Order: sequence, then C-alpha cells, then structure tokens
Amino acid sequence: MKLDRRSFIKLMAMNSAATAAATLFPGVSFGAWSTTEMASGGIVWKKTPCRFCGTGCSLLVGVSGDRAVAVKGDPNSTVNKGLCCVKGYHSIQILYGKDRIQKALVRKNGKMVEVPVAEALDLVARKMQETIQTHGKDAVAMYGSGQWSITDGYVASKLFKGCIGTNNVEANARLCMASAVTGCLTTFGLDEPMGCYEDIEKADVFVTWGNNMAEMHPVLFSRMLATRKNRTHVKIIDFATRTTRSSLAADRSILFRPQTDLAVANAICYEIIHNGWVNWDFVNKHASFHKGKTNIGYGTEDHFKFKDKAETVDFNAFKTFLDDYTPENVEKISGVPAKDIKYLAALYGDPDKKVTSFWTMGMNQHTRGTWINNLVYNIHLLTGKISSPGNSPFSLTGQPSACGTVREVGTLTHKLPHGVVMNPDHRKMAARIWDVPVENIDPKPTYHTVEMFRALDRGDIRFMWIQVTNPMVTMPNLRRYRDGAEKEGRFVVVSEIYPTPTSDIADVILPSALWIEREGFFGNSERRTQHNEQIVPMPGETVSNTWQIMEVARKMGFEKQFPWSEETYIEDIWNEYIQFHDSPKHRMAPFKVLKERSGVQWPYVNGMETKWRYNAKYDPACKQKDFDFYGKKDHRAWIWLRPYEPPAESPDSEYPFWLNTGRVLEHWHTGSMTRRVPILHKAMPESYVEINPDDAARMGITNGSDVKISSRRGSLVMKAAINGRGNPPRGMVFVPFFDEKYLINEVTLDAFCPISKQPDYKKCAVKLERA
Amino acid sequence: MPVFSYLAYPEQGAKEQLLKDLSELRYCEITTAQNEELLILLTDTPDEDSEKQLQKKLKALDSLQSLGMAFGHMDD
Repeated sequence: MKLDRRSFIKLMAMNSAATAAATLFPGVSFGAWSTTEMASGGIVWKKTPCRFCGTGCSLLVGVSGDRAVAVKGDPNSTVNKGLCCVKGYHSIQILYGKDRIQKALVRKNGKMVEVPVAEALDLVARKMQETIQTHGKDAVAMYGSGQWSITDGYVASKLFKGCIGTNNVEANARLCMASAVTGCLTTFGLDEPMGCYEDIEKADVFVTWGNNMAEMHPVLFSRMLATRKNRTHVKIIDFATRTTRSSLAADRSILFRPQTDLAVANAICYEIIHNGWVNWDFVNKHASFHKGKTNIGYGTEDHFKFKDKAETVDFNAFKTFLDDYTPENVEKISGVPAKDIKYLAALYGDPDKKVTSFWTMGMNQHTRGTWINNLVYNIHLLTGKISSPGNSPFSLTGQPSACGTVREVGTLTHKLPHGVVMNPDHRKMAARIWDVPVENIDPKPTYHTVEMFRALDRGDIRFMWIQVTNPMVTMPNLRRYRDGAEKEGRFVVVSEIYPTPTSDIADVILPSALWIEREGFFGNSERRTQHNEQIVPMPGETVSNTWQIMEVARKMGFEKQFPWSEETYIEDIWNEYIQFHDSPKHRMAPFKVLKERSGVQWPYVNGMETKWRYNAKYDPACKQKDFDFYGKKDHRAWIWLRPYEPPAESPDSEYPFWLNTGRVLEHWHTGSMTRRVPILHKAMPESYVEINPDDAARMGITNGSDVKISSRRGSLVMKAAINGRGNPPRGMVFVPFFDEKYLINEVTLDAFCPISKQPDYKKCAVKLERA
Repeated sequence: MPVFSYLAYPEQGAKEQLLKDLSELRYCEITTAQNEELLILLTDTPDEDSEKQLQKKLKALDSLQSLGMAFGHMDD
C-alpha cells in the first residue's frame, strides 16, 4: 500500500509517542493502535530478532509500503516480553542513513569507482583464485562476525574449509566470547550455557562478574530488577573493576584490582570448602578435578603457540592448591576486603539460596579468560548450583549471533559446524554433508584472529574478505594491523552497509543488505535461534552476504556445492546445516517451526525445547539420573586448579594508569550504525575518557578538558569525563570504543588468553597528560 | 501544516473524560493505553492559526493534567 508524505509523518509522530510511553511505562500497551494505524495508511507488523546485542530481543517491525516505520517489543517473546532498550526502539533507523553503501566499489588507480555488483564479484573470485595459485590456499582468508546471519557464516565455512581447503575462517566473536567457549569446553566438554533467561525469575542472588548489564544487556538487567522488586529478599552483587550504572543499582558493589578476579574466585572456593558448604552428593557423583599448565604466556609475539595439558588430580590436591588463597591473602592481591570475599562465599555457599552468575567481556577479554571462566564454574560445581532453575553460571554474549553463527556454525579456524577440524570423524561428517572430498578439509587449524592480522601484515595472507565487522577500529594494537593491511600486495574485500575505517582500506567494497532487508537467522545467548523473513526491500544494488559468498563460490567452480536458487536459498541452507546437529545434544528446530515462533531453544527434541541442559529432568540427552555432564567422556564436569597470574602489562612509573575499554548504552560496537541514528548520536555524540575525580584533581584536569592518553603503542587526545556515567577507581581510566574519531585501540595491547586466543581489552598501562 | 504527538496525562480518575473531551476536538486523534493512565494525542492541523486555536482549547480542558510532546513537525 502506498503511503503519502503526510501519513508517513503522522506514523512517525505516533511511533515517537509510543516509544516515549514505553520508555516511561515499560510494558504499556496500546490496544487501539492498530485501528489508528489502519486509518493512517496501513501498517503490517513482522517479527524479527533485534539487530544489536546477544540478548536476542524479539521485535515487531511495523512496515508501511516498502518502508519500516515503527518498532515495538514482541509481547510473545519470552526473552524481552514486549520490552526493548533504546537501541532496539530506534533500530529501524539504521536502515536509512544518508550515506548507505548501495553500489559496489572497486579501487582503480587509487580511487574507489562504482561498478556493477556482478563485476565486483567477478573480481573477488578472480583475485582469490590468483592468490591461491601464486601463494597457496592459506594465503586467502575470511574474517566475519557474530553479527553474521547463520547462513552467512555457514556458506563462508563451506567455501573456505570445504571447497578451498583452508582453515582461514575467523570471526570477530574471537574478540568477544572465545574465552567463554574454551571455558565451557574445558569444564563441560560442550559449548554454550546450560541455563536460560528464566533463571532470572528463579534466582535469589545475582553476582555480575565484571559486566555492566545496565548498559550492555539492559533488557535482562530490567528483568533482574523486576525480580528483586517482586521478591524482596533477592540481592544483586556487582563485582567489578569500576563503578557503573550497574553498581549503583546493585545491593552491593565490590571493586577488585584488574586480573585479580582469578584470586578472588579461588578464595571463594577456599571459603566454601573450609566452611563445610561443599555439596558432596553433587561433587562425588558429577565432578572431577584437574590441573593444567601454568605460566602460560600472553601471546604478544608472532607465531605464539600454546597447548594445555590436563592432569587428573583429586579433591585433596584441589584443597591444598587453595591454601594460597585465604581471604586474607587475596585481600592483599585484589584489594577486596576479606569480609567481602567471605560475604560472596557465604552467598554461594548458602544451600537455601539459588545463585546466578552473569559475565561478559570482563571475564572473557582477559589474558586468563579461559581460567576465570573455569573458576566461576568451580564455585557453582562445588555447591551443586548449576543446571537447575535459578542456579546458573551464565556467559552473556555481546553480539546477536555470536552463539548462532560463530559458536554453533563454527566459524573459527579450528571449528567445523559439528566439532573440530582436528577430529577425523568430524571432517568425514563435514565432507559428506558438504559433498566434498574429505582430503579437502585440512586437519590443522591456521590463524586465530590476532594471528590472522599478523599474517596479513607479514604477507603470509595476501587476500582477506571482511564481512559485517570493523576490525580497523576494533583490533588491539591497531596501528600495526592497519599498516599491515595497507601494505603493497594485499587485497582486501569489505562487505559493508556504511563507510567505515575498514572500508577505507578496501580494494573492493560490496554493498550488503542489512538485517531485515534479507531473510536470515540469529542465535542468542540462551541457545535460542530466531528467524526473520525479508521485511523490506534491499536498497540499490545491495545483496545479502550469503548470496555474495555463494556467487563467488560458483564463479570459482563450486556450483555443485552451492546449487540453491534465489527464492529458497535460506531455507535450503538451513536444511543442510541442521544435519550437523542431528542429535539430542544439539538438535535444531525445523525451518517451519522457526518461521512461526519468536525463537526456539536447542536442543529441540520431539517438539520440545531444552531449558536446562545436563539435568535429566529437562534434558532428553541425559543418560544418568539427576545430572549428566555428557560432554566429557567421564560424564563429569571438571573442576580446574587455575592459579592467579598477573596480566601482560601493568602500570609502572612511566605508564602509571590502567586503561579499560568498553561500550555504552546508546551505541552498538564501533557505532557505524547507531551513530547514524540521530537520537542515539545526540544522546552520546562522542567518546571520552573517564578519570577518577581524585586523579583528575591531582593532575589539574577538569571535566571536558582535553587529555592525552599514551601507551607504548600509541596515543590520542580526547575529552575528560569526571563523575560521569561511570567512575573508575584511582589509577584507572576507561574509554568507550564506539567512536571512530578516537581510535583507542591504537593504544591497547594485543595480548591474549593462550587457550582461547581472545585479546584482553581491559588491561594495559597508559599515562595521562593535560593536552 | 503542523503535526505533533503528545503523551497526555489525565487528572486523577479522569482518563475516560479526557478521552471524551479530546475526541470532541477537531484535528485530534487519540489512542488510549490499556494498562496505564495515559493517552497518546496526535494533532494534525491545517495551518498555524488552527494550531494556536487548538492549543488554547487543550489548555482549557479540566480533565487534562499535562501534555508531554514526543514529536513535532512543521512544513517550511
């Protein structure tokens, strides 16, 4: 139906009022709205997962004619129950930025020139083939994203791993949740949380480990606050390195020195054991004890290699190991008073309290990210507070499909859609489903993300295709990787929706369809897969990322592996993909079911979703009574002996401050979408450096004045924020990374967890000067 | 040709009366919240004079406690 300009303005007016009302009165309902809308020119509501964080809110997008004109939370969604955050309410405006990339661009004589998409795709295929012929198959790479739709990641993996035969597939989720993956794998043998968001209504205590849910997962945070309001004994404990909005809303805010969460977690276990709070029935039946290597390094040098080796030990060895971690000892390391450590332990140890732990980047972006994940699982395992309603150690993801596309499809160098490239059975399964010779799939992983960009710098990689991510803002120690990407003899393809610092270095820019302009799937933090249909037309000459990869694959001669038609390719790919997960441990819902519902949790068995894994009451894959940690051969969850080790770089006399980086409520990652939404841009127009008021006073820095931040790698000047939204302790500064005008990652360090290979964006040493 | 939208807050217990009062005014479209004491008022007047007249009438309503503007548009 056509909509005239006046009616459109009225629709926007109505939408603005409804959004304002929903912000002031969460859950407000306007039953008569549809009548008004019909009178205003007709509007159709379509469901979709939100484009932004890993919460996976379900939205209803109002469409009039060919244009998305309104958004409301989907009341049928168990995730957000009709709520949205400020980004969700304004999400459709990301479709309509003035500088949207709508045509393919190719660099000719140093200038970007518009060309037909087919010509650009020809060039991409030809360049990839030439690079493989000249430099070998491992000289080409794909770098994707946890914002990839599931089908994007699936066809990328199939083309690179199955057809070309290189494991050079990585995704930016390596930067945000790889430690959560290795944490799950080392403790449980299988990835992804065992619980679900219903834990929020069942728990008595929430401990948030270094994550600011009030800004990063606001809808889940509001559910947590609602639980506390409805059940007044409920407590929220914010355990963090800086004071945030989450700290202010918590019942207790406990600050620790960077990296020392490792020591505190061990001290909590010490207290649980020495106070007799161990759930022996659970531990004896369902846990085993293991130790790994120590002094494992930081990965700051090229070609860094590390492989952990597990050794089985017994409970007494674990108890002895913890003797170094008395609350009093740990107070000296962490700065957390021993009484606060005992308080935390008492909450976890109380048999009458259900405890849920949440974490995101604080624990995952950590040079001992795998270890701290293990240690929080240790606490829950010792007390038996796991895999049951309200008892949940829960890693929240940052991106809408970090779980769906990266963890489940396996778009990391060592992964396959089922299992890992090192396993011959997993390679055989992939070869059968992909219809490629099994010899095509290389049994050796190649480069994780940081090493992949180092390889581009060195010249080991010559061709890189980047989709749905902005590494020229997000890579740590950025200057090295930008300079590397711009070297002679490198060819960079960028599939994008808006110009970014990454598209600035591209040789080819492919115009991508965005979110609801194409059909697709996301998978959220709680194992929920959500489908969206194409809701509005693709603008200009944009095409889906899935289609771009398929077209290039066909041009390279892989027509047999990518036979699908434009009308049905998303459904066809889904039907092929779910063959990889056809077991009660991970079965995915059929396409038809996903199309009908606002998300479905896997394992989906006999028409039923699985809310709590490893618990026989809820999980059909369990073969034992009560609990069955079937991911491990011994059917037990592993309790790990993991010590405190210091970070890669700490403040010293020359660089006396910690630098911590992160996000803000209004902006999504590097801001390439949300900074084009006027209301979000106005609310948070530019980045800043948070400084503790005492430090600022001592240095004569006033609010809003210019400050130079320098590390051993780079420097930048930005405005000071004192007593603003967040407040770091003395000796720490915090900088949001959403603003491409202030590339804070030129300052950060590219140290990573040797097990997960995830970089640590939360800790490096800097100095401050008045500018 | 101004278009405005507002959150309209009724005086205590006067939501139904406010709905009735606003419905009787020209250039007004009203949507009531089902579960809150709140209405959305959308005004679409043909010119500035009509807009001014409407504003006067709105201010005179006893059932209306306050208006919070959510959106405004005026043609150049």
